[in-house]
Amino acid sequence: MAMLSVKNLGISFGGLRAVDSFNITIEKGELYGLIGPNGAGKTTAFNLLTGVYKPDSGVITLDGRNITGLSTIEINKAGIARTFQNIRLFKNMTVLDNVKIGLHNNYKYSTASGILRLPSFFKTEKLMNEKAFDILKVFDLDQEAHYLSANLPYGKQRKLEIARALATNPKMLLLDEPAAGMNPSETEELMKTITLIRKKYDVTILLIEHDMKLVAGICEKIFVLNFGMELANGRPQEVLNNPEVIKAYLGE
Amino acid sequence: MKQWKVFNQLNKSTRANVITIGVIAIIYVLCQLLIAVGALSNLMQGLLVPLCYYSILAVSLNLTVGILGELSLGHAGFMCIGAFSGAFFSRLTENTITSPWIRFPLAIMIGAIFAALFGGLIGIVVLRLRGDYLAIVTLAFGEIIKNIINVLYIGIDGSGFHFSMKDSLSLGLAKDGDIILNGAKGITGTPNDTTFTIATIFLIVVYLIITNLVNSRSGRAIQAIRDNRIAAESVGIDITKFKILAFTLSAAMAGIAGVLYSHNISTLVATPKNFGYNMSIMILVFVVLGGMGNIRGSIIAAVLLTLLPEYLRFMQDYRMLIYAIVLIVMMIFNWNPACIAWRKNHTIKGTLLSLLKKNRKEA
Repeated sequence: MAMLSVKNLGISFGGLRAVDSFNITIEKGELYGLIGPNGAGKTTAFNLLTGVYKPDSGVITLDGRNITGLSTIEINKAGIARTFQNIRLFKNMTVLDNVKIGLHNNYKYSTASGILRLPSFFKTEKLMNEKAFDILKVFDLDQEAHYLSANLPYGKQRKLEIARALATNPKMLLLDEPAAGMNPSETEELMKTITLIRKKYDVTILLIEHDMKLVAGICEKIFVLNFGMELANGRPQEVLNNPEVIKAYLGE
Repeated sequence: MKQWKVFNQLNKSTRANVITIGVIAIIYVLCQLLIAVGALSNLMQGLLVPLCYYSILAVSLNLTVGILGELSLGHAGFMCIGAFSGAFFSRLTENTITSPWIRFPLAIMIGAIFAALFGGLIGIVVLRLRGDYLAIVTLAFGEIIKNIINVLYIGIDGSGFHFSMKDSLSLGLAKDGDIILNGAKGITGTPNDTTFTIATIFLIVVYLIITNLVNSRSGRAIQAIRDNRIAAESVGIDITKFKILAFTLSAAMAGIAGVLYSHNISTLVATPKNFGYNMSIMILVFVVLGGMGNIRGSIIAAVLLTLLPEYLRFMQDYRMLIYAIVLIVMMIFNWNPACIAWRKNHTIKGTLLSLLKKNRKEA
């Protein structure tokens, strides 16, 4: 059964049809790439999937559950986590705390037991720390756990954002340009990490990316968006050699 | 030496707590000693309790401004609610609950609960507002509370409570009636239950509540909302819940400060001076000077800025002028990057260590 199935999704801003009849079916465990020229509506599609915008039309189904029109918070609880194109970390908090906020809904104790330091506080905090360090180790961030997240180098900030999203224990991970601003060796490393977390955490991934080497290297399928509409959809080699796609990217 | 090791093994926030509470306790003991030997002037003795409740106010406002990151200019309003509801309760039960050991904690609880109720209410109302707009609404709220209390008359007689918003005569009390809240004349005859000891204890309690909250799951969620609201939503943090929680807790603790205040004076009236706009701004100055989100800093700033005008009294008319200059200098010293760098190179610990090394070399 499909992990994510989107039917006829669309939204308009005034007279602009930003995303129009967006159809995609992502199988469980698949790694899907979403590409397209600037302004094609990729991030808007992400915002629709995560409830930042409410779609005008269409149905989004996650693992058999209709999540159309739910709020961002509810959609995250249902199992979609995301990262942002412009990094949005909790800058004044430590790397560890950033991940622990991701764990917020999976490890619970009441505010009162936090203030009164009841046993449940110590027990849960210990579990949270262990889990957070587990995730940080995967991203090779455990050495920097007590740094302020704003003080991390750029590439590590991007990784931390993925770590935080993973901490919410999602079924589906949406990565918005994870390699933006990275140098080739950092991108290489990121590709390895993405393949690793996919197996380790059993998540389905949809990613937006401009780095074609990364997209062709790790994605199993690619969806091309242009002017809010589907241009091509299928295996990387077919899609990237499609004359329509080349035209959209390079012009005639 | 062994104890020292144990202390170093504690995590950072616990260590900071131990140090702060230790310093508060030492200052408390010192003050008591000075009072015992008669070395503390009456003026200073009278300032001890205000120091505590100003510190509590600063710490509680820091939860809204520093930890949640929302500018609130109505903190004096919550203090006002706490002060009046606490004093009202004490006046009402003065003859039924004679032991201050039972009555006063109850009064504090009532003050905190009432302030929390209004805090939660304001929290709900201002959920959609941010920044300047929130500041304006909270500012108006503080003024409204003060003005309503100034026209509110409440009395009690054999048949129960009487309310009026006109004057004390229109309450229509029976002969045995007692006017408790007398409009602009306020509440008189509140038992003076607040002592320096109780105020210090509550300062420590409030400090612990806030620091424990900050280092817990809910506190992290509140800070996440401050740092990046959109990202907080994306990881499933319930913004509404935690905003209201922060507002409510902050108001409750301002209410506690209010009860301490009202039980430290004989006549409680709501004037622009004690519950007005200026008071809210003053608490905000404590928070900003002490550092947003820095709980210990709030206490230090509150103490310094309360003592400063008293020590500047000899300058008479120039007092507030000097106060302003000192405030500016302190702000610069605290937050200018060059000053921060200078402070880092000249810490007390570092200076002592280098002196020690020098001595050893010479020896």
